[in-house]
Amino acid sequence: MLDFIQQTIGGIALGCVYGLIALGFVLIYKATEVVNFAQGELMMLGAFLSFTFIATLGLNYWLGFALAVVCMAVLGSTMERLVIRPILGYPQFSIVMATIGLGLVVRSLAGMLWGTDDLRIETPFTGGVFKLGGLVIAADSLSIIVATLLLCAVLYWFFRYTKIGIAMQATSQNMLAAYYMGIPVKRIFSLIWAISAMVACIAGVLLAPITLIHANIGFLGLKAFPAAVLGGFSSIPGALVGGIIIGVVETLSGFYLPEGFKDVAAYVVLLVALMVMPQGLFGSRALKKV
Amino acid sequence: MSYLAVQGLSIQFGGLKAVDDVSFEVAQGEVFTIIGPNGAGKTTVFNMISRLYTPTAGRIVFKDEDITRLPVQLVAARGIARTFQNIELFENASTLDNLLVGRHRHSSTSLVEDILFSGRVRRQELEHREAVERVIELLRLQHCRDMLISGLPYGVRKVIELGRALAIGPELLLLDEPSSGLNVEETDDMAHWILDIRRRLGITVLMVEHDMSLVSRVSDRVLALNYGKIMAVGTAQEVQTHPDVVAAYLGT
Amino acid sequence: MHQPVKTDYSQDLRLFRTAGQVWSYAALAVFLLAAPILFGNYLLSQVVFVIIYAIVGIALIILSGYTGQVSIGHAAFLAIGAYTAAYCQKQGIPFVVYFVLAGALTGVVGYLVGLPALRLHGVYLAIATFAFAFIVEEILARWESVTNGNEGIMLALPDLFGLKLGDTGFYYLCLAVVTTIMLGAINLLRSPTGRAFVALRDSETAAKSMGVNPARYKTRSFAISAAITGLAGVLYAHKLSFISPEMFTLSLSIEFIMIVIIGGIASLRGAVFGAIFMIMVDPVLATLKDDLPGLVANVVSVLGLNGGGAQEAVARVVNAPGLKSLIFGLIIIFFIIFEPFGLAGRWEKIKLYVRLFPLYKATTFKRQKMYLKSERGR
Repeated sequence: MLDFIQQTIGGIALGCVYGLIALGFVLIYKATEVVNFAQGELMMLGAFLSFTFIATLGLNYWLGFALAVVCMAVLGSTMERLVIRPILGYPQFSIVMATIGLGLVVRSLAGMLWGTDDLRIETPFTGGVFKLGGLVIAADSLSIIVATLLLCAVLYWFFRYTKIGIAMQATSQNMLAAYYMGIPVKRIFSLIWAISAMVACIAGVLLAPITLIHANIGFLGLKAFPAAVLGGFSSIPGALVGGIIIGVVETLSGFYLPEGFKDVAAYVVLLVALMVMPQGLFGSRALKKV
Repeated sequence: MSYLAVQGLSIQFGGLKAVDDVSFEVAQGEVFTIIGPNGAGKTTVFNMISRLYTPTAGRIVFKDEDITRLPVQLVAARGIARTFQNIELFENASTLDNLLVGRHRHSSTSLVEDILFSGRVRRQELEHREAVERVIELLRLQHCRDMLISGLPYGVRKVIELGRALAIGPELLLLDEPSSGLNVEETDDMAHWILDIRRRLGITVLMVEHDMSLVSRVSDRVLALNYGKIMAVGTAQEVQTHPDVVAAYLGT
Repeated sequence: MHQPVKTDYSQDLRLFRTAGQVWSYAALAVFLLAAPILFGNYLLSQVVFVIIYAIVGIALIILSGYTGQVSIGHAAFLAIGAYTAAYCQKQGIPFVVYFVLAGALTGVVGYLVGLPALRLHGVYLAIATFAFAFIVEEILARWESVTNGNEGIMLALPDLFGLKLGDTGFYYLCLAVVTTIMLGAINLLRSPTGRAFVALRDSETAAKSMGVNPARYKTRSFAISAAITGLAGVLYAHKLSFISPEMFTLSLSIEFIMIVIIGGIASLRGAVFGAIFMIMVDPVLATLKDDLPGLVANVVSVLGLNGGGAQEAVARVVNAPGLKSLIFGLIIIFFIIFEPFGLAGRWEKIKLYVRLFPLYKATTFKRQKMYLKSERGR
């Protein structure tokens, strides 16, 4: 039983990272109806940048973290400007492929710049543990859970109540109409990419102590798809819940099931979920108007 | 028994009763028009008859067959064709191909025959082509036969959509706002075609329309709908002067 | 301008509509038949790869280009075809039998994958197909009794009716397969089925109202596309003579999609253009790696600068790990932004340019501005 709880907590922490990456998908999808297959690569880039600031340049952890987030915001909006904006309004297939291309470029550039070794950053939480009865919880895991919850709350509030958040939702529904209503559509798109890149960066930095940093952590982004789909793809709390479900399922199947199941668990859950409820846990089904 | 009978039709979206207990009958060979202010539920009635929406209550009977629960794709096979308010053409195909899709229900070749393009496919394709060319001639669409829809102006698209519905070879034609977005001359053409379709092809027309001059020119009977309920049924003249209808349009 | 006069509707049903087309395709056929004489071993083997990629390209154009369904998991269908071939050859089953069997099996799997596609669209479908591909990859690695796990399986070139095929024979086999599939695809796409695909792609609502059964045609499209890819898988396995699960990853699926993006998604011709392009990337890169540093060094030393330093720097860049995926990424982005109809689209423009010379206007193909509209309600 203790094992089970211990594993579940580990799963929740992992799930929160998935949730954070999924959050990045959801943000961009909510505002621009683009699915960003490069989200995992953005996370990786954020982790590498924080490594450069913290380990290479020897800055304070929090300062390095903040700098990385700011850099990622700039990079995120630059990518939007260069790659996505010229093809806005294209069929989704084209845009999805463009983001896949973007992911390839980012990953190989990062591999060239930072090499292919595993990198590590020291965090204030490294090695810290909380003991609760027989349970041992790493401070790293706990930091992820807390940060994720906070971030979700902030973003939820942002989309629900701020003027710009509502403008973003309007833009996604109908770009032309939003434009006529005086919403600066182009700036909104850059902004949403910046925010999404920032979220990815936070996910990357939080994840760094657990998985180490290397060019392939971007592939974790693929694991975050099931999370986003499970959560309905356009719901912020949904992404979090979906992420946690995937994280827990994956960890538990790694612990209890034979080898091999761990890697596909997320996708099996995804396929089953798509069959049973294609709109996800928090999605809504709309009828097409004719 | 009547040709098309709608009995106690209702549909609810969440808490909203978009159509509430609507009953009417359409006789064969008639031009029957539904009018009403925006949001009255006209298109929703259409969508239920063409089976895109499933009503929450009521029945739709076409030629003695209850089609209330018929799958959408079988509606065309019963000889019911429709057009759409906001034009739902196949944008990246030519006019000819759009019309040929209308002939879909008349194809009876199997997948294997299609892949081999067998003699039967070839023969049927020629038949389809001839049927479609008759529609093209009727609607004078020769000039855009091989052009992609995405490059054509709105008025032409509207006519092509009518053509596609005709290519089905329907008995009952549902026209959803055939004149919306058309200029005066195009509307005039549309009125001629509707009368032609009824007279020459013997097709019954059920129509949703806002343009009252068009309505009174072509309709045998008119039904006025407001907030999902029937206000009045009768000739165009009778309905237009009905006190409830006047009130609904003038907003007293 | 030259416009053939049409006097009969059946003229529009012909495969070749003008004498020019007949002649140019006849020339192409002669060239392809003579290829083993004209080309050396290396080039011939590259042509076989082009053929295999072109077959996959045809499959994707039917599915994505004409039916509007996205698949980021076609490597899985290729894998199923390839493993069917490997397993059957070990059991001593004749080629003709397992070739058909592989097509049928992948067709059935494709049909099953297509089932959720009825309720999913766009993004969800893309993600579902790619989840499916991951699961297949894992099964191949774990089902050791059949697939030999991560060790992989060796294959020999196939026997055809008791005749042992050499490299040339295998080339002709591939050529026959691609020609048959191409003709079948052309027929399919101009038949009522093909029109139903296009109708579903452009407006599912209208298609339904025209009597097109979405479930039937979407699953058909998936099954056909998967079956074709499975057939390509058989040829692929024999060509490589060794297969293992890590060959059939997401990046292979992405390479396949690149075929149609580069070639052009709107016409079958694109599959061939795209396949040629993709197969050329590796040799071109290899040449770059070998020759570019020396070339740059020569140029730089002619200018009187430090040639050796420049050579080293260039060599570092071209030998950097991940250069290929960087180039792939850039190619994808470049084509999507600047030539959305791919090389086939470029081909049409060049043809028109020649025909209208000197009256060609660049604005003929100017794109209309497009606006993002929600696809959520579809």
